[in-house]
Amino acid sequence: MNGALVADLCAVIPSDRVHTNATELGLYGRDASNIEGTAGVVCFPLTVEEVQGAVRAAVRHGVPFVARGAGTGLAGGAVPLHDAVVITTTKMNRVLSVDHVNRFAWVEPGVLNLDLTRQVSPLGMHFAPDPSSQQSCSIGGNVANNSGGPHCLADGVTAAHILGLEVVLSDGSVVVLGGPEPEIDGLDLRGAFVGSEGMFGVATKVCVRLTQNPPAVRTMLMDFSSVDAGAHTVSAIIAAGMVPAALEMMDQLCVQAVEAYIHAGLPLDAAAVLLVEVAGLPHGVEADVQRIVDIGRAHGARTVRIAQDEAERALLWKGRKTAFGAIARIKPNYYLHDTVVPRRVLPDVLRQVYDIARRHDLLVLNVFHAGDGNLHPLLVFDQREPGVMDRVHAAGEEIVRASVAAGGVLSGEHGIGLEKRDFMPLMFDPADLEAQAAMRRAFDPTGLANPFKVLPSAAGCGDLQHVPDGAWV
Amino acid sequence: MIDLADFAEQVGTDGPVTISGLGTRGGPQPGVRCVRAPDGVDWVQPDEMIVCCGAGTPVDALVAALAEYGQTVALPSGGTVGGALSVGRSDVRRLGYGPVRDVLLQARYVSAAGEVVKAGGPTVKNVSGFDLCRLLVGARGALGFLGEVLLRTRPIPAASQWCCVEAVEPFSTFGSLHRPVSVLWDGARVWVLLEGHPADIDQQASGAGLQAVDGPPPLPSGSRRSLHPADIVTCSGSFIAEVGVGIVHHADAWSSPPRAARVDSLARAVRHEFDPTGRCNPGLDV
Repeated sequence: MNGALVADLCAVIPSDRVHTNATELGLYGRDASNIEGTAGVVCFPLTVEEVQGAVRAAVRHGVPFVARGAGTGLAGGAVPLHDAVVITTTKMNRVLSVDHVNRFAWVEPGVLNLDLTRQVSPLGMHFAPDPSSQQSCSIGGNVANNSGGPHCLADGVTAAHILGLEVVLSDGSVVVLGGPEPEIDGLDLRGAFVGSEGMFGVATKVCVRLTQNPPAVRTMLMDFSSVDAGAHTVSAIIAAGMVPAALEMMDQLCVQAVEAYIHAGLPLDAAAVLLVEVAGLPHGVEADVQRIVDIGRAHGARTVRIAQDEAERALLWKGRKTAFGAIARIKPNYYLHDTVVPRRVLPDVLRQVYDIARRHDLLVLNVFHAGDGNLHPLLVFDQREPGVMDRVHAAGEEIVRASVAAGGVLSGEHGIGLEKRDFMPLMFDPADLEAQAAMRRAFDPTGLANPFKVLPSAAGCGDLQHVPDGAWV
Repeated sequence: MIDLADFAEQVGTDGPVTISGLGTRGGPQPGVRCVRAPDGVDWVQPDEMIVCCGAGTPVDALVAALAEYGQTVALPSGGTVGGALSVGRSDVRRLGYGPVRDVLLQARYVSAAGEVVKAGGPTVKNVSGFDLCRLLVGARGALGFLGEVLLRTRPIPAASQWCCVEAVEPFSTFGSLHRPVSVLWDGARVWVLLEGHPADIDQQASGAGLQAVDGPPPLPSGSRRSLHPADIVTCSGSFIAEVGVGIVHHADAWSSPPRAARVDSLARAVRHEFDPTGRCNPGLDV
């Protein structure tokens, strides 16, 4: 432990919010990935001044600092390396102001995603990004990872819902990037910051766009006797000029796990199930429902179940949103992947995913955002089984490579972090990576803001590279 | 994929260089060697809702090409695609269609070093690496010149109707509508663009007391102001305000408030990293 650094932190943040005990350092040494790092000290600022003080102290000592929200990230983005200072923003959790007329709010980064939606729902609004972790993930984390969720198909991922940011840069200065004013002169530094995974600075206030709740919502479940038929239905719906609010797919193993868990009457013999939600004004919604049902039937949908009331709708969504919990009934551990492929190659890539899992003697379940081609293969396993992690990592790498080879991308909503850092060259040439490194240098010339993430070594601007245990890069 | 080798060669590796599209958004920097980006739609994938085109493609030609597939793109009409992206200004449909910066999925541009560089990715959803695309939109060519772009398309709605109502304040009409595409206000009247199912349009319009009109009012061209959306009610004189957005088209001139010093130095640092000698569009302040 760096005593001088801790003393400096305690000079700017009350010592009861600067933690150095081994248990907490262990807890904050990881996020929701299975990658483990080492935290040197964990602090819990309440104000922008305290964040400034923490950043200045870390930089003065030449120690990295890592902004952390709820720690639900799946790519190791918030995993501290080399005894970094962890700046946890969970206690900065106030909704500061809500403009219900123009539909935006200023919030602190530690506000939980679902708490924000709950707070503004009496005003007929919600925060559109809805990651599966929305009960526990923070808005600051959503900004860092440019998070998605099922309802991002129609409304876009987090970047489309962030109007402005107050940010502490690595020199300790505070800047406001963007804001409710629509066209602030000059470069879109706000847009550049969203998705920067904590490597450009620490967000201390966020101006979020709020979305009107739809007057009408219809949710339906269609089931198919082949994954291909379900995937072709997805493409046909989009090609017909409809963008449903959500368009999700679960494969047979996933449906079986979910049904055993929630007893919603899901068809256990279906090869694939599509959950489709249409939202908007009533006539448009009813017309789209009819067209989607017709498209589904033309592609071989065996049954179509349209939720008759809010309770049934909630039940259908519960199946989707509790899938990860349900999977624990099969095996105790899972590794969740996140790649995006063009919709038209979904059937082919899914076939490859099944084949990869079979070759590595692993079970795979697929539950994913089919509407935007965002795959989430879940490899399920028991980590007590000797050698299983090697197979999980090898299969994961093959899934990522297959997705990119099919014209896809490395991540749709989880980010790159440490998990996929060394796969960046699959998508980007050295010149492309150098441009991203240039963005980083401009925002953080010290290189101490969450270093070693996202950019592989050649583009890392001298970042000391180190891959900790648990990473499969 | 469009071959950008010739374009990169034109941009070269040293000396001041500027770029021209159709000259509708300010044109090239005067007195500087000028290049043009490739022109033409390379492909349309309607079931992916993505189009690939040269940055020199006229926006109106792109919109016409997409109309064959029942789709369109949320770029302001006129000029070139590269110009619309580089200036980054939306048209009056921003309330419903979103800002221009949300349209660009992937760009291949020629950097100040004369290299072809890719930003973003070829899918509708992508968080692989830093969001360089958003930095390029509105950068006015200062970080490099767009060559080929992949854009998000959107379906052409079943019906579309401009409507109007007398209103001394705009927010009650705005609040009574579900996701209107545009709401404009001149201090006395509100114009609304509704899109979707015809029966929904009729119901929304009658609920808000709106009468169908042929189109939006002409926009004053003295200045384009960016205000806190609540502050549009402070406008006076001859203006059209975009309600819920905060853009005001005013007959009188206006200068935007200066950037905070640290934001300014951050923007300069970004530009310096991308173009250390300041050769791309020299003299343009971003």
